[in-house]
Amino acid sequence: MTFWTYRRRDNLVGYLFVAPALLGSLVFVLVPLAMVGWYSLNEWNVLGGTFEFIGAENYRRLLEDEKLRESLVATAWFAAGLVVLNLSLALLLAVLLNQKLRGTTLFRTLFFSPVLVSLVAWTLVWQLMLQPEGSVNGLLGFFGVDGPNWLRGDTTAMVSVVVVQVVKNVGLNMVLFLAALQGVPAPLYEAAKIDGAGAWTLFTRITIPLISPTILLTSIITIVGSLQVFAQIAVLTQGGPGTSTTVLIYYLYQQAFQFHHFGYGATISVLLFVIVAALTLLQWRMRRKWVLHES
Amino acid sequence: MSRLTALIVAALLALTACGGSSSSDGPKSLRMTVWTANEAHLKLLGEIASEYKASHPDVTEIKFDSIPADGYTTTLTTQIAGGNAPDLAWILEESAPDFVSSGALLPVKDKVEKADELVPSATKLWEKDGELYAYPFSTSPFGLFVNTDLVEDLPTTWEQAVAASAGKNLVLPDFKYQNWAVLSAIWRGWGANAWSENGEECGFADREMKDAMAFIHKAIFTDKAIPGPGTTVDFFAGNAAMAVSQISRAGALKDAKFGWTLLPLPKGPKGDYAVIGQAGVGVLKRSKNAEAAADFLGFLTNTANSAKLAQFFPPARQSLLNADTLAKSNPLIKPEQLQSVVVDGIGKGVVKPSHQGQEELNQTIRAALDPLWKPDANVAQVLDGVCAKIKPLLERR
Repeated sequence: MTFWTYRRRDNLVGYLFVAPALLGSLVFVLVPLAMVGWYSLNEWNVLGGTFEFIGAENYRRLLEDEKLRESLVATAWFAAGLVVLNLSLALLLAVLLNQKLRGTTLFRTLFFSPVLVSLVAWTLVWQLMLQPEGSVNGLLGFFGVDGPNWLRGDTTAMVSVVVVQVVKNVGLNMVLFLAALQGVPAPLYEAAKIDGAGAWTLFTRITIPLISPTILLTSIITIVGSLQVFAQIAVLTQGGPGTSTTVLIYYLYQQAFQFHHFGYGATISVLLFVIVAALTLLQWRMRRKWVLHES
Repeated sequence: MSRLTALIVAALLALTACGGSSSSDGPKSLRMTVWTANEAHLKLLGEIASEYKASHPDVTEIKFDSIPADGYTTTLTTQIAGGNAPDLAWILEESAPDFVSSGALLPVKDKVEKADELVPSATKLWEKDGELYAYPFSTSPFGLFVNTDLVEDLPTTWEQAVAASAGKNLVLPDFKYQNWAVLSAIWRGWGANAWSENGEECGFADREMKDAMAFIHKAIFTDKAIPGPGTTVDFFAGNAAMAVSQISRAGALKDAKFGWTLLPLPKGPKGDYAVIGQAGVGVLKRSKNAEAAADFLGFLTNTANSAKLAQFFPPARQSLLNADTLAKSNPLIKPEQLQSVVVDGIGKGVVKPSHQGQEELNQTIRAALDPLWKPDANVAQVLDGVCAKIKPLLERR
């Protein structure tokens, strides 16, 4: 019996093949993740250069932090608004562009192009457009509507941030939906039509169930993405007016990088990690209920 | 196996040697973070640095690292947190209390040439227990720039200033309905303060502040003198009657196509006053070349170099603070204006509000003041709300 059996040799080769990728994720993902966990147990004064272990103190603070609560509410509004608006608009566009009509390619390109634009440039342009004397209000004025000061009103600021984000990214979900729609077998529609199904029934009974895996995918991507929105907030509202658009990740940035509470910032990012993981897990579980191929 | 162990030990040794390499003797390279990216500023700084290197062969490089003013302190602290602290850093007044109290800076009093001639109103912010932790590098008073093509009678009071610029724009270029501390240039005329001298009592709910803010609110929404939220008007392009700004901005008027003049801040109900903005330069204690950096700071700020830098950064040295010296390097501004705005301003000026934990206060106050910037705001109620929000922050020291 030699030590290097065929099986062991095969395993070794396998491990060697995955080693670079494993090492990469260890160094750039797992170690930083563990470090954030460790930082969250410490009070880290960057300027003074002190690093002091305080145990669960930061987590206790998390529970008592009123601003954190406000920020969670803002995050929920943002995520809800974004997911509903983005998915419904993306699906609507995909259905419209799935028709065999002239010019659909042009519109597909048009709706997808914002995805390719640099995020900050995109946001800066919108910032100009949303000023009181900007082009959005100019357009509204053309129809006799006196537009609000979008980025300074409590509700309009949140609406603006959501819309800017939706228009930026709706193209991506649209393309995913388009691909899914084109994968729905045509005979199913024909059979249903023969059975007397109308357009709405076709859509709800055949299209939706058959593209449900894509709906799951896009909703996970969109929700996780909505929790990571930063540049738009930083450019458009800086979390204001008041704290109405201070979403969790912007609050994290403020605590860590502006207020110099790095330990507490790390604690908030642990919370963010838990939220993202929980939401993803929840959706993954729920797929059995509403994704067609999973039951 | 023993060979492998030796290899690991050698590698570890090499690593620790790299990490702990002390460069107290070898050639030194210094890095200073600055907020300016202005070519003329960097050129002058570079010339002073070259002169220093010529007489200090051990210093091989002095690099000025421009970081945009927007987010300057955040970038600087991130560099420090990442173990990549600069040797010297320009520090904005609002973060002065944090830097000075944190112990991040090296005491520099004995490195500064003739430290006793520095104007007390300029050094106050950078001192702790009688020691100086940064050199007050730029001490720039706020003044009132007036576009004389649009305004005929020069105002001496805030009432007059607002009346004269109604519909013609009185701008506060750096305010943007975010940087509320700029408003201190107005509310000091009412005797208002953001917080008490010891930093413990909130001043926003005081009578003086409420009167001053009511005046500002009226100037925005009723008199239409100060442009409303979200509206940008550029004084330096000739689109506004007046601007409240620091005199270091005068350079932007070099090619102005309109007539302009510079006045001291108008009087408020409490009479004459001045407000200054500041920046200091400090040496990071954690720098490997802290001693060399402090030595260079001494050179950069000596009397001769301060006189050169005075054309951009108003000096805090008594011997340079006279209209004649300043006039040599400020051709755009008349000597009597320099006297009334700069010399008198620095002498009696109060620095913009700053406090330990300034950035958190900044954001909290900014958020609490947001409801004020609406036509139908209840000024007194909003200001009481500001105090309610910042009380715990002022008490946390």
